Amino acid sequence: MKKYNLLIGGSAGQGMDTLAHNIEKILQRTGYHLFSNKDYESRVRGGHNFTQIRFSIEPVGSHSNEIDLIIALNDETVEVHREKLVEGGAILCDEKILSLEEGVFSLPIVAGAKEVGDVRTQTTIAFGAFVKLFNLDFELAKTIINDVFKGEILAKNQKALEIGYNMAVSHYELEKPEAETRMLINGNQAIGLGALAGGVTFYGAYPMTPSTSIMTYLASKQGESDIVVEQAEDEIAAINMVLGASYAGVRAMTGTSGGGFSLMVETLGLSGIAELPLVVVNVQRPGPATGLPTRTEQSDLSFILTASHGEIPRMVLAVRNPEDAFYQTTRALNIAEEYQIPVIILSDQYLADANQTIEPFDLSKVTIDRHLATFDPNDTERIYNRYEFTENGISPRIIPGKVKGQVVFIDSDEHDESGHIIEDAETRIKMMDKRMKKLNLLKEIVIEPEYYGVETPDILLVGWGSTQGNIKEAVDLLNSEGKKVGGLIFGDIYPLPTKLLEQYTGIAKTVINVEQNYTGQLAKLIRQETGVTIDKSILKFDGRQILPMEIVDFVRREVL
Amino acid sequence: MTNLNPINTKQFDSVKNAWCPGCGNHGILAALKQALAELGLEPHEILITSGIGQAAKTPQYIRTNGFNGLHGRALPPALGAHIANKDLKICITSGDGDTFGEGGNHALHNMRRNIDVAHFVHDNQIYGLTKGQASPTTFPGHVTSVQTEGVINQTLNPIAFAIVSGATFVARTFSGDREHLVPIIKAAIQHKGYALVDIMQPCVIFNKENTYQWYRENLYQLPEDHDPTNKIEALSRAFEYEEGKGVPMGIFYQVEKPTFIDQIPKLRDGKPLVDLELNPMKAEKFIKEFL
Repeated sequence: MKKYNLLIGGSAGQGMDTLAHNIEKILQRTGYHLFSNKDYESRVRGGHNFTQIRFSIEPVGSHSNEIDLIIALNDETVEVHREKLVEGGAILCDEKILSLEEGVFSLPIVAGAKEVGDVRTQTTIAFGAFVKLFNLDFELAKTIINDVFKGEILAKNQKALEIGYNMAVSHYELEKPEAETRMLINGNQAIGLGALAGGVTFYGAYPMTPSTSIMTYLASKQGESDIVVEQAEDEIAAINMVLGASYAGVRAMTGTSGGGFSLMVETLGLSGIAELPLVVVNVQRPGPATGLPTRTEQSDLSFILTASHGEIPRMVLAVRNPEDAFYQTTRALNIAEEYQIPVIILSDQYLADANQTIEPFDLSKVTIDRHLATFDPNDTERIYNRYEFTENGISPRIIPGKVKGQVVFIDSDEHDESGHIIEDAETRIKMMDKRMKKLNLLKEIVIEPEYYGVETPDILLVGWGSTQGNIKEAVDLLNSEGKKVGGLIFGDIYPLPTKLLEQYTGIAKTVINVEQNYTGQLAKLIRQETGVTIDKSILKFDGRQILPMEIVDFVRREVL
Repeated sequence: MTNLNPINTKQFDSVKNAWCPGCGNHGILAALKQALAELGLEPHEILITSGIGQAAKTPQYIRTNGFNGLHGRALPPALGAHIANKDLKICITSGDGDTFGEGGNHALHNMRRNIDVAHFVHDNQIYGLTKGQASPTTFPGHVTSVQTEGVINQTLNPIAFAIVSGATFVARTFSGDREHLVPIIKAAIQHKGYALVDIMQPCVIFNKENTYQWYRENLYQLPEDHDPTNKIEALSRAFEYEEGKGVPMGIFYQVEKPTFIDQIPKLRDGKPLVDLELNPMKAEKFIKEFL
C-alpha cells in the first residue's frame, strides 16, 4: 500500500494538536503504522503551525513533503502548503476558506460548530469528516472522543463528531491493515517512560524547549509512581540536585537542550571526578545561544564529546527512534551506575515531537542493575574509602547513611582514596588512571551501529540519531532504482564503535555522511577515532529534518 | 550553659586542616563537632555539603558524610540528597562568597523551598581563598586588590535576605565566642526548615577591618524581649549592622512553617526514596495510555 500523507495546519491555540491526536489515535487503533511530526513556532497563540501524519499498512519511519490531503483550519495553511499536494491530492476545509471545486472537500465546518454552540468544536467536526472520508470506524472515533474530552465539553464534541461525520461522504478506499496492538509514542515520552521503567525516582530540570515534555510527562506520573520531579531554579541547580540525589543513592536524571546543557558543563566534570552516576538528556535544537528554539538540529555532538574542562570518562548515546529512546534510557541508567560516570543521551526536536507506532515496550527486557557494594557494619576495623583503588578502576559504592559508623565522602578536588584533598603528583596520576581506564571498559560494551541495505554497497550513507528513518527510506528508494546503497546509523556514539564502520567503509566506493549540522560532526569524530575519511557530506542546518528525497536527489546528482 | 567538655567529638575527627593559624574556621569546626556530639548524632547520620572556598573545606576536616562540590553549588546537592533520603541530617558549610556570590540564586530558591537544612555561612566579609577580593558582604569603602578605590556596591545583608527569602530560622553568631556559637548551631540543626546562621568570622590575613578586636567591640546580643516570631521586628534588627549601630547577634527570626518535604505527601508520609524497591514492572500501567 502507498503511504498516505496528511497535513493539518492552523494557528497556535486553534486545537490543532487535539485534532492531530484524534486522527493519529484512530489510525493507530485501526492498525495502521504511522509517523507524525510537528512544525511549530516559538509562540503560544497565532503563527502558523502544522502537523504531518504519514500512514500505511507498512512501517513508516520518516516524514515526507508530498501531501495527499491538507486539513486546513485557516487560509494560511492552504496558501503555504497547497503546492505540496501530489497529483490527485485534496484539501479539506471550511466552506469559507475554499468553495467546492475539484480536489476540495469544502464543508460547513464552522456552521456545524455553531450548531453545536461552541466554535472550538470545529476540530472535532473536521475529525468526524475525516473519519467518513477515509471510511474509518465511527464507533472507534466515538471512543477516542470519549477518552479525550471530559465534563460538559464531552457532549458537545460527541455531537460535533456526528455532525462532521454526516456532512462528508466516504472517498478514500484504503487497504485494511491487520489489527495489531502498537504504541503511539514520541521520543520524549519514550525517554520519560524509560526513566520510570529504569527506576528513576528523582528528576530535576529547568524548562527548556524541546526537552520540557520529558519533565511534564514525568510530573504527570508523580501521583501514580515513585518519582519526584522538581523544577530547578536553573540548569546548574538541576544537574547539581540530580548529583546530590545520585550520591544519596537513588536513580536520578535531568534533561535539557543545548543552552541548558552549556550551563551544566562544569557539573558534568564533577560527575566524572567525583565518580557519581549521572544521566543527562540533551534534546538538541539549533544553536548557538537561543538559536531556533522549536526546531531541530544535531549540532551539539562535538561539544558534548569534550564538554567539561579537564578530562573525564563519559559515554554518549544517540537515540534513533522512540523504541531506542526507551531501551537506551534504561541502559544508560545501568551504565551510569556500573561505571560511576556521566552518560549523555542525545536526542533532538524532530524525534522529541514525532509520534510513531511501535511494538509495545517489553518490560521483561528491562533490568535495573545497581552495582552497589555491601559493607559489613560489624567490621569496625575496616574504614570505607569511596575511591578505593581497584584493578578495573571502579570502587565499591555504598549508600551514605546506610552503614553505621561508615561515611561516604565525595570531592571535586583531586583526592586520595578516602576522598580528601591531595596535591601530590603520585596520587594525581593514580587517580587519573583509575578514572580514565573506565573508557577501555566502555569500549567493550558499546553497541555497533545499525546497518541497513545491500550487503556489498557501492554507496554508504553514515548518520546518527533521529535521521535513522530518513536514511533508511532513502536507501530503499535508491536501491529500488538499481543502485547498491547501504546506511550505517549510529546509536552508541562515544566511545565510537568501529567494527561495522571499518567493514563497510572498506567495501563502499563512496562514503557520505548525512548530518543535521554545519561541520559534519560525526565525520570528524570518525576521522579522529579511526582515520577513515568521508568522501561527501549531506549537511542540513536550517532547522528542518532532512527528507529521504533530499538524500536521494543528492546521491543522484553527486554520485555517478 | 553549654557543656564545654566535649562528649565524644573524637568520632568526628578527620584529616588535619590546612587553615591559617588564627582563622575563624577553627572555632567554627570545633563548635560544629561539639554541637553534633551534644545532639547525639553519629557521623553516618549526617551529610555536610559545601561549595569551594576556605570555609567550604570544612567537610574535609570533619568525619561525616560529605559532598564537597563546586563553587557556589553547595545547596542543590543538599536538596537532591534531602529528597533522596529525608533521614539524613543535612548541614551546609560555606563562605559568604560561595553562598551569596556564586551561589546566590540557590540560596534564594532553597530558602523559598524551606528545605530542612542548617546552613552555616562562615562570613568573613572577604574572599579568602583567592586572596582578598570583596565579597557580597564586604562593606562599601573597603579597599582590596580589585576594588582599588574601595567597594562601591551595596552590602548584601544575610539576615534580611534570609528573612525575606523564606528561611524560617535566621540567626547570627561569632566564631570567636564558643559559648554563643554551639547553642546557635544546635538550635539551627534542630529547627525544622531552612536555618541560616550568619557566623561572623575574622579573616586574619585579608580583612584588616573586621578583626577579633573589632568584633569584640561591636558585637552585642539581641535584647531579651526580642520577639523572633515578629518578621518586621526581626527585619528592623537586621538593619542595625549597616546602620552603624554595631553587630547584633542571636536568633533574629524563627517560625514554624511546612517544609519542602512536608508539602509533598509521598515524601512526608512514605519511606525515603532511597529505600523504595525498584522494579521495571512498576511502569507497566503507563504503557496502556499509549495503546
